[in-house]
Amino acid sequence: MGPEPALSLRGLRVWYGTIRGAVRAVDGVSLDIRAGETVGLVGESGCGKSTLGRGIMGLLPEGAVMDGEVWFGGRNLVGLPPKQLRRMRGPQMGLIFQEPMTRLDPLMRIEDHFTETVKTHEPGIDDHEIRRRSLEALGRMGIPPTRFRQYPHEFSGGMRQRIMIALVLVLQPSLVIADEPTTALDVIVEAQILAILADLKRNFDTALLLISHNLGIVAESCDRLAVMYAGKIVEEGPTVSVFAEPAHPYTRELLRSVISLKTTGLHYIPGAPPDLIDPPRGCRFHPRCPDAMRVCVRDPIEQRLDGRRVLCWLHGPASEIPEGGIDPLQRDRISIADEA
Amino acid sequence: MKPDLRAVGERPRGDRPLLEVRDLRTHFPLRGTFLDRLLGREAGSVKAVDGVSLDLYRGEVLGVVGESGSGKTTLGRSLLRLVDPTSGSIRFDGQDVTELGESRMRDFRRRMQIVFQDPHASLNPAMDIFTAVGHPLVIHGLARGSAELRTMVGVTLERVGLVPVEQFMGKYPAQLSGGQKQRAALARAIILGPDLLVADEPVSMLDMSVRAKILELMLRLKEELDLTYLYITHDLATAKFFCDRIAIMYLGKIVEIGPSEAIYDDPKHPYTQSLLRAIPEPDPTKTVPRNVPRGEIPDAVRPPLGCPFHPRCPKAFEVCGWESRDLRDALERHWAQVPEEVYEAERALVGDLEALDEPTQVARVPVPGDGSDESLVEVLRNLRAQDPEDPLWKGVRSMEADEGAARVEFHGGLDPRLLPAGAVEVSCHLYDQEALRAAERLELAASGTGRPEPPDPPGGE
Amino acid sequence: MRTLRRPTHRAAPGAVGRRGAAGLGRLFGPVRDARGMAKWVLWIGLGITVLFIVLAVFAPLVAPYDFDQYRNAEGIRFGKQAPPSAAHLFGTNVLSTDVLSRVIFGSRTALTVVVIAVVFALAVGLPLGLISGYFGHKLDRVLVLVMDALFAFPYLLLAIVIAFLLSETIGRGVMSAAVAIAVVYIPQYFRVVRNHVISVREEPYVEAARALGARPRTIIVRYVLFNVIQTVPVIATLNAADAILTLAALGFLGYGIQPTDAAEWGYDIQRAIADAGSGIWWTGLWPGVAIVLLVTGLTLLGEGLNDVLNPVLRRRRIERVDLPSREARVLEPGGEA
Repeated sequence: MGPEPALSLRGLRVWYGTIRGAVRAVDGVSLDIRAGETVGLVGESGCGKSTLGRGIMGLLPEGAVMDGEVWFGGRNLVGLPPKQLRRMRGPQMGLIFQEPMTRLDPLMRIEDHFTETVKTHEPGIDDHEIRRRSLEALGRMGIPPTRFRQYPHEFSGGMRQRIMIALVLVLQPSLVIADEPTTALDVIVEAQILAILADLKRNFDTALLLISHNLGIVAESCDRLAVMYAGKIVEEGPTVSVFAEPAHPYTRELLRSVISLKTTGLHYIPGAPPDLIDPPRGCRFHPRCPDAMRVCVRDPIEQRLDGRRVLCWLHGPASEIPEGGIDPLQRDRISIADEA
Repeated sequence: MKPDLRAVGERPRGDRPLLEVRDLRTHFPLRGTFLDRLLGREAGSVKAVDGVSLDLYRGEVLGVVGESGSGKTTLGRSLLRLVDPTSGSIRFDGQDVTELGESRMRDFRRRMQIVFQDPHASLNPAMDIFTAVGHPLVIHGLARGSAELRTMVGVTLERVGLVPVEQFMGKYPAQLSGGQKQRAALARAIILGPDLLVADEPVSMLDMSVRAKILELMLRLKEELDLTYLYITHDLATAKFFCDRIAIMYLGKIVEIGPSEAIYDDPKHPYTQSLLRAIPEPDPTKTVPRNVPRGEIPDAVRPPLGCPFHPRCPKAFEVCGWESRDLRDALERHWAQVPEEVYEAERALVGDLEALDEPTQVARVPVPGDGSDESLVEVLRNLRAQDPEDPLWKGVRSMEADEGAARVEFHGGLDPRLLPAGAVEVSCHLYDQEALRAAERLELAASGTGRPEPPDPPGGE
Repeated sequence: MRTLRRPTHRAAPGAVGRRGAAGLGRLFGPVRDARGMAKWVLWIGLGITVLFIVLAVFAPLVAPYDFDQYRNAEGIRFGKQAPPSAAHLFGTNVLSTDVLSRVIFGSRTALTVVVIAVVFALAVGLPLGLISGYFGHKLDRVLVLVMDALFAFPYLLLAIVIAFLLSETIGRGVMSAAVAIAVVYIPQYFRVVRNHVISVREEPYVEAARALGARPRTIIVRYVLFNVIQTVPVIATLNAADAILTLAALGFLGYGIQPTDAAEWGYDIQRAIADAGSGIWWTGLWPGVAIVLLVTGLTLLGEGLNDVLNPVLRRRRIERVDLPSREARVLEPGGEA
């Protein structure tokens, strides 16, 4: 048994209410992230990964309910009063969002952003020390000290994202959650930022949860990978082995549908992600799964295979599968009307 | 069944290019300050497209690849005259359309269409799919009666895969998914039977698993309807799969253009090379160090002198267009890495850096108030010593103290020209014999009996 | 076998569809779904406004007497400045006319004038705003200058001047009051519509329409107008509220409607000033209350519509959600006990 994980999720559920019923955005997720580890959370739009990120941070919109356990710093964040959560965000848990353009106050200089951030969480600190740490954080991002007193609009999108990351790092949190940090950026800037995040890991032992739909950057940056589908984690394990031998059919199909420089043919998954208000019974992927079996209409049981977890009947447990359960499932053809 | 909607001239044969673009420039003027306007001063302009020439042949797919700020989107819009070019010419099927008035352009619009990037914003929220897809026919008066309109829309919807057709006709955009919206946008674009389709990042806002479907649809339409595509994207991976030829754009110019395989197997321009290296491969066993070029795409109002990529290029040399702003960038890069005390000490010796923002071949770094120009030169020499391999120093001809400033003279820069190199055309001095010869001469002059460089102090480099 | 069901998304509210029930249904969908304070504000405002509309429309049937009737059926003159009684619920004024009747007929006047004024202002301001916003450049600059100048003018003064000028030509009737008020409000519609058009003009779907070869007229009507018109009901309602006050002010100052043509609240209040000193409260109070009530009603209606139709302000209906208790045991990831 290794050291305590930096972040530990157990059976996390986040549901929203709507007129048509409850949206089960996150429906029973368990995950561990250790110090110095980068864990990728991948999935397509609507799978619940962003909601999961927000749920951990306690930034859910009104009307969402959450239950389960989020163990961080020895405490369960679920049900913690907002004031305590706020105190923790920043010095212990840093957040990097997708749109850097809109997260900086246009009326405040960069210097003021840093001053405010540091002073809020470390009130005793003197100005000189704030400046030193801020310049150091910015320097690591490649932003020169001559620009410390400029305003956000004087920087490009990529630089603003780097400033955001510097703001997060200046407080030296033990956990950073990055929600699609490079989606809005160009590929070269993206590469620069990924290099910075890798640097983080090496030098500061920061635990990083990287949420993204881009399998390329996840492959490059993450030690472990969790694949999310319709509110559940369907596969989780070391990045190398998940890519080499995906255990879950969705993972396999997703990897095949990625278009990279090596792509020679187009693959896609027929159908569309399910309605989270009324998801399919049993395994949520079974309506689209090329390997669906008759037993798949029953809720699958999570299995462990050498260091990995997978939620799929293909991997058993055989004891729970009834007679004839492994026969292929008969389904209607999926039409375009049901497609994304 | 392809509806025969072409009444504007017969479909021409021959291997004349469908689209011929020569030295196209689209500049957006800036408003400038009141004083500028009063004094009649040029307020500058954003040179979004700055001298692009290309030929597009019937039936091919030409990819235009670049990052944001490269001008690729403006190029697409300029070709369709959604934005008016500032100079240059565009010939569509032999006819000059660069300055046609809107009413004459309308006829051409039937033959050139566009699909936009954001499927959620390119369909009118107030029109249902039947109305939206049928609207082009209504605009051009090509449907005789509503029954025929309905039939034609139905055929097109079926072609893009929105079946059952009746189910989709009455839907509004908000009721469709991203992929379905993009199909509807494609339907709207092809219903007039165009020759050319400009696709501006058509799949970049769709999920990975949906991209493939739409790309496949586009390929099928190309075959069925004999379309020619101009495929604009920042994603080299989809471009490789989809395009026959690729043009790489940087800051309003084409830096490399050629057949797909040639570009990917043997990229010549350093920018192309870094773009390819920067693409994250979904293969965790291959984390190669990526040598990402420093900095970002520069300001299009005052592009760098000489080659626009030179400030970031790892292979830049003497004649690439070094100027004062590069010196400022080098200083700032250096200061971002040193401890605060060193920064403070050095900063005190340097005057107002804004003097370096006006791009000049001879840079004068001012000293602050009562500073010493010799100390300033010392700072610069120290900068050089920190990283002598930085391409910037190749471009420096001389560096000396000069009456209250440090005078740094750069070699004269040459503008790059698009020249053939193997199977492609590249706009880079590395492949320009004249430029290489000029650089050689400069090197000889510097090391030989030419202009004397100030001797380095002992213990320097 | 389980078939895939596509989720049926509700159509985006705020976009007006084709004319007809389907389009209106989509427009007013959010009205039905309104919750919280916005809902109450909306319904109360609507209720008050409808009340006055009913009074206005059915005035001859609802009012006990005519607005300028000063004697009863037998020819006996009504009491002069008589306090409220069974025969005259709100009392009578100095001309022996029934205050209640005048209040009711006054609502007819007010609503007639205001409706004409709003329609007129809209008919001028909306197209100008559309054209100015879409085409821009010199035309836009000139129009904006003119409209800003009008807007900068103290509105009451402007209304008086125009009413005065019109009274020379078409007399001091309902029409001249309506026109005077309309002119004062044209700049508002112009501005709001123009600003909205400028933002919609940059949307990809408008560019797509240009790429299709649509003529500017088509683009403005089918692509821009239909997406801009959602702000109009709000502005019109709030404008109406303001216009009531302007009309009353005009009447109060004597530039409004000829008292023999119609009953008008402002005029009545002005007449009631002299009564106040003598302790006669009923001649001024009731017209005043009517003004306050109608203006409040329209304002609530306008604000309520805004909260409900404006996608930024709209509060999604928040449903309660109960998480069911867990079925299976929760597994530990990583295989640790």
